[in-house]
Amino acid sequence: MKAKIIITPKKAVVDPQGKTVQSALAHMGYAGIGAVHVGKYLEIELTGADKELARQQLDEACHKFLSNPIIEDYKLEID
Amino acid sequence: MNFAILQFPASNCDQDAVHAARLLGHSADYVWHKETSLGQADAVIVPGGFSYGDYLRTGAIARFSPVMQAVQEFAANGGLVIGICNGFQILCEAGLLPGALVRNRDLQFHCEHIFLKAATSDSPFTCQIPGKVLRIPIAHGEGCYFADESTLEKLKANNQILWQYCNAQGELTDEANPNGSLLNIAGICNERRNVAGLMPHPERACEPVLGSADGRLIFESMIHTLQSRSAAKAA
Repeated sequence: MKAKIIITPKKAVVDPQGKTVQSALAHMGYAGIGAVHVGKYLEIELTGADKELARQQLDEACHKFLSNPIIEDYKLEID
Repeated sequence: MNFAILQFPASNCDQDAVHAARLLGHSADYVWHKETSLGQADAVIVPGGFSYGDYLRTGAIARFSPVMQAVQEFAANGGLVIGICNGFQILCEAGLLPGALVRNRDLQFHCEHIFLKAATSDSPFTCQIPGKVLRIPIAHGEGCYFADESTLEKLKANNQILWQYCNAQGELTDEANPNGSLLNIAGICNERRNVAGLMPHPERACEPVLGSADGRLIFESMIHTLQSRSAAKAA
């Protein structure tokens, strides 16, 4: 099993990286680019077989450690 | 008074903090992050640096070091704790202070002297700061203070904002804000007022030869508070 976690900055937090990337894309000539948000992607290999238990544990880990709920949102998928 | 200065892997301002405490005539001991006791500490300094390489998020891993459990208990018992730069980040991640520090708005690492004003003298960290502007160095890439609206309202209502970036005249302008911190916040304290954090480095501003000795006023505030407390206990 593999967990895939996407962590993004909350909308209320100023994202200067995102703005910089957006402006660089525009400079490079790409049209139609709206807002850009730069986040993090984690892949976690899981050795157990219980998908539901893994989801509960990783949800807790995401909330307590892997993301900071004050400034970040996360999305967790387990395959 | 005895200061405990924590050391995490890749803390790098611990020696300056020890030097500052000893310069002011007090004792200071290093406490390695794996220790579970703070010894006879009267106050704790969580120093600056890049603990754990700033991996995942600044301060995110250091907050789980064994010594932080002792710091939580020390703070719960009213002990004075001050977090400087990475130390401020660690205290926020640990939930000992509200809010979080994110990347500077111009994406640049700022290493320069700035001006600070103490927003209140009603704290163990600002009680000896007269109504003057302090000149203190900063050195950080992720010092932009963020908290949501309701937290900011609470900080204002409870007088928890301790230091704000200002210009030489003491005005809170956008130009004087090096990193985009909301409300020009450079440092805050908790509701109980015994835990504080700030991004600037007072331990690097304790001797005129370093360009400013204004940082002493912050440590002197803590020492004054601790000495008043002992005097009150002895009475």
